[in-house]
Order: sequence, then C-alpha cells, then structure tokens
Amino acid sequence: MRQFTYERATSAASAAAAVADNGNAKFIAGGTNLLDLMKLEIETPTHLIDVNGLGLDKIEATEKGGLKIGALVRNTDLAADERVRRDYGVLTRALVAGASGQLRNKATTAGNLLQRTRCPYFYDTNQPCNKRQPGSGCSAIGGVTRQLGIVGVSDQCIATHPSDMAVAMRALDATVETVKSDGVTRSIPIADFHRLPGDTPHIETALDQGEIITAVTLPPPVAGRHVYRKVRDRASYAFALVSVAAIVRPDGTGRVALGGVAHKPWRVEAAEADMPNGAATVMRKLLDGARTTEENEFKVTLAERTLAGILEETKG
Amino acid sequence: MVGTAAVSVAAANAGASAQAQSTTATIDRHSTQVSFTVNGTRRELTVDNRTTLLDALREQLALTGTKKGCDHGQCGACTVMVDGRRINSCLSLAVMHEGDEITTIEGLGTTSDMHPMQAAFVRHDGFQCGYCTPGQICSSVAVLEEIAAGIPSHVTEDLAAQMQVTDAEIRERMSGNICRCGAYANIIAAINDVAGRPA
Ligand SMILES: Cc1cc2nc3c(=O)[nH]c(=O)nc-3n(C[C@H](O)[C@H](O)[C@H](O)COP(=O)(O)OP(=O)(O)OC[C@H]3O[C@@H](n4cnc5c(N)ncnc54)[C@H](O)[C@@H]3O)c2cc1C
Ligand code: SF4
Ligand code: FES
Ligand code: FES
Repeated sequence: MRQFTYERATSAASAAAAVADNGNAKFIAGGTNLLDLMKLEIETPTHLIDVNGLGLDKIEATEKGGLKIGALVRNTDLAADERVRRDYGVLTRALVAGASGQLRNKATTAGNLLQRTRCPYFYDTNQPCNKRQPGSGCSAIGGVTRQLGIVGVSDQCIATHPSDMAVAMRALDATVETVKSDGVTRSIPIADFHRLPGDTPHIETALDQGEIITAVTLPPPVAGRHVYRKVRDRASYAFALVSVAAIVRPDGTGRVALGGVAHKPWRVEAAEADMPNGAATVMRKLLDGARTTEENEFKVTLAERTLAGILEETKG
Repeated sequence: MVGTAAVSVAAANAGASAQAQSTTATIDRHSTQVSFTVNGTRRELTVDNRTTLLDALREQLALTGTKKGCDHGQCGACTVMVDGRRINSCLSLAVMHEGDEITTIEGLGTTSDMHPMQAAFVRHDGFQCGYCTPGQICSSVAVLEEIAAGIPSHVTEDLAAQMQVTDAEIRERMSGNICRCGAYANIIAAINDVAGRPA
C-alpha cells in the first residue's frame, strides 16, 4: 500500500472541498472496497478523508412517504430496518444476499453504490485494463469472460457492476443525493447515476471530483411481492453471475432489474409491460442488443429462467 | 500480495518504534495517534496510517490470537468485535477506530475461564488446525447476538417474523468464515449447543 495522509471530515461540504481540490484524495467510509484495492495498489490515493463522523447514519421518513437513507448507514442496519423489511423487501433481500455478515456491518450505502468491478483483469495489475489504466486496452475482450457483462458493453470494457443493493435500488427508482464543494446539492436518479463504459470505462458514475453522497432517497413503497433472486457459484459469500430484483403485483405486472449483466444495474422500463406475458418476452426486450461471448452467453438463459421462476412463485 | 504484507509489517514496526521513542510523539504526516480500548484496556498507539486494525492488534499490541488469512476480506480469520459488532479487521484502518471498544478472542475468555462458545468449540471438536478458529468463535458469538437482535439473513423466510436459530441460519450467517480444514459440521454443533438447541 502507498503512503497517505489521513483526516477526519467535520462537515460534508468541507470534505467535498478537500477532495475537489486534490485529485489524489479520496473519501473513505467502511473501507471494505477501497482498502482492498489500495493493498493491491489499484487505488493509490495520497490523502484519505474519513467521512464516518459526519452523522449521515440515519434512516428517516420523507414528507413524500418514502425513506431517506444516510450515506453512512451500514448495509446491516439498512437491511434490518423495520420499514425497509416491511415496505421495501426487495432491498433487504438484495442486501443480505451480498458479501458476509462481517462485511455488511462495515459496508455503507454510498460505498456499496461506488464499489468497483470484480473483473479479474481489473484486479491483475500485470494486465492491460482500460478501467484501471485508460488507453491500455481491455484484457477481458478475447480473454476469460464468464463473469463479465452481456449488455451495454463497449469495445473498451465489458465489466459488470457487482453491487446487489444497487439492483434493488434501481427497481425502486431511488435517488442519490449529493453535495459539492461549493455547497450545491444534486438529486441524481439512480438510472443516471452509474454510466455505461463507452470510451471512458474509468469514469463510472455521474459524480464530479469531490462530490460527496449524503443520502439515497426511496420514493413511497411500491406494492407487490418483493423478490431478489441471486444466482452464483456457491450458495453464499459470492458475487452474482446473474441476479433479478423484481416487484410483482397480483395481476402479474410490475418491475424488474438485473444484476451481473452490465456496467450498471440493468432495467428497461418498456420491457415491464410484458411481465404478464412471461419471462421470455420480457427478456427479449430487456436484453435487446446483448453482446455475449461463448463463455457468458449462458447468462441470457439464466436471467430468463431466474425471472420465470420468480413469476411462477409470485403468481396469484 | 506478498509484497503488500511485507510493507504493512514494516509499517507496523515503524509505528511501534516511533511510539517507543517519545510519548509526546512528533508524528510525521503519514502517521497518526489513535486510542481505543482492547479487551477492556485502554491503548494509545502511533500508527503509520496504512496499518490495518489487524496489524495493529498483532504487530503492535502482540495480540496474535486474531489471524491473518487472506488480508482481503475473503476468509474471516481476522474477525473481531468493534463496539459489539463483528468486522473483518484486515479491511479496516487502525486510525479509523478512535474511541472504539474492540474485543478479540483473547478478550472473550482465557484457557482457565473460557467463554461458553470457546468451551463448546472444544467440546464439539469445532476445529482441526485451529487457524480459522479465533475468527470462527468471534463470528459465532456475534451470529447468535444478531439473530437475537432480529437482523435478517439471506435464508430468513419471513422478514416480519421473529428470527430463529436453525442450521440453515447458522450456515448462511457463518459463510464469511472459511475453514480450510472443513470443521464446519462440528462448528454448527458447537453453536447449536450454546444456543440451547439439541445437536
Ligand atoms: C470478499 C468480499 C465479498 C463481497 N461480496 C459482495 C456481494 O456479494 N455483493 C455486493 O454487493 N458487494 C459485495 N462486496 C462488496 C461490498 O459490498 C463493498 O465493499 C462495500 O459495500 C463498500 O462499502 P464501504 O462503505 O466499505 O466503501 P469504501 O471502501 O469505504 O468506499 C468505496 C468507494 O466509495 C467512495 N465513497 C465512500 N463513501 C462515499 C460518500 N459518502 N460519497 C462519495 N464517495 C464515497 C470511496 O471513496 C471509495 O471510492 C464484497 C466485498 C468483499 C471484500
Ligand atoms: S472489462 Fe473493463 S475492467 Fe475488465 S479488463 Fe476490460 S477494461 Fe478492464
Ligand atoms: S484476513 Fe481478513 S478476511 Fe481474511
Ligand atoms: S480448523 Fe483449520 S482452517 Fe479451520
């Protein structure tokens, strides 16, 4: 790990200013992704700003009937919150499907959204990777691609976003609340928060340098059965090959978002009208334009079957 | 990874000697003074900012019960309790624990006065080589507390109902602790025993 200086932030705006002025500075929350990457020298910040003391660790009801989740709320506490369990079951289910009990006790809402890809070449600093080192090339294309993306991919990067939580938040139409160094706040719809790789896979979100996440807001609850089904190589403590977050109403209509297939949680609202017509019809629209490899084309079938299972289970 | 481990050990040693030299420590930009409680004893340290909580415990405080397996959050050997919650001490910086209360395996019990979970691991042969065991025991204690506190897991069927101790719940909640020797069956027996369930 490279040397760095360390400070504890005293306000969100001053923390934002410190990072905005220094391209080598980073926020640290739970540290479970950043420190992992710093040990491997994939991330090499020279200054860390600890945001744990900012008091952003509360879950509050909003005037509109939703919930405002502080950026520093731990994944365990969010999953266990009585309101989340009752009204946003898909979010609790997605959270507890991720990582381990120990990691969820540290992992925060903001850190989870901003965790970086698990592409094996991104982790291997001996290999070219456009995300880690812009312009160096993509080792995954033509390499081992079983875990990688099948939709929204580019010629520069085919990585996936590994978060489970974010997939549920996409199905719930969450909004990411931020503040910049000049005190200006933004509300970014989760659909626009994560970017597709395009020609700049190293730019992963809509955040500016130094922009700090203060909260994630959920709209009022969406009625229906809330399901999160994650398919992985072992029953627990593994990233998704494919995951499906779904909310299904008794008449079979609802919402669906996919994890493990793209550079961002994947949802195509236009595909949802087809939910009463079955998983195959939905997937045709949801995965329209998919670009698979021999190793990862199974994800198309797997996604369809996973959704079919959910539609069957939630019938009537 | 080998290189990383060497650097962090060197970093921890550098912190220790800085502390030995002076108590009014003139701290360079890359070190920080931090104080926290470990197993009931207040500790003040000067650490290189890079020092993980795990390295601080093992290298500076000589509490070597907590183990380093992967150093990347993937095995659970480094599990300790911080303010009553289990975490992976390898993915946490020591400087981020100002004022915290840390409990390691040494703080749960001693050979002459074992914690019930330690005794149950012995009784049920919940280990072979023992390397993962401190992490397993810290996690096991936390798992029963988490179930009692109503924290749901991936296998909890009804999110609204009272959580139960079942084999499935124990397996899922212990999945962050890998045992290379495969002592899992006996670990489950030990946890069931402490929970008062028939084996
Ligand atoms: C072994 C292992 C298995 C895992 N399995 C899963 C899994 O199955 N599913 C899953 O979803 N996740 C999994 N994870 C990832 C885990 O969920 C993330 O590491 C965690 O959510 C990151 O949160 P954190 O608070 O620790 O982030 P940190 O590591 O502290 O930060 C991550 C990034 O977010 C930035 N950041 C943090 N807070 C803010 C803020 N308020 N504003 C702006 N930027 C901020 C940091 O600068 C950093 O770039 C796994 C991790 C490990 C180590
Ligand atoms: S897929 Fe993306 S992250 Fe993986 S090697 Fe290619 S550029 Fe890097
Ligand atoms: S040493 Fe911390 S999880 Fe393996
Ligand atoms: S007892 Fe040997 S690794 Fe678990």
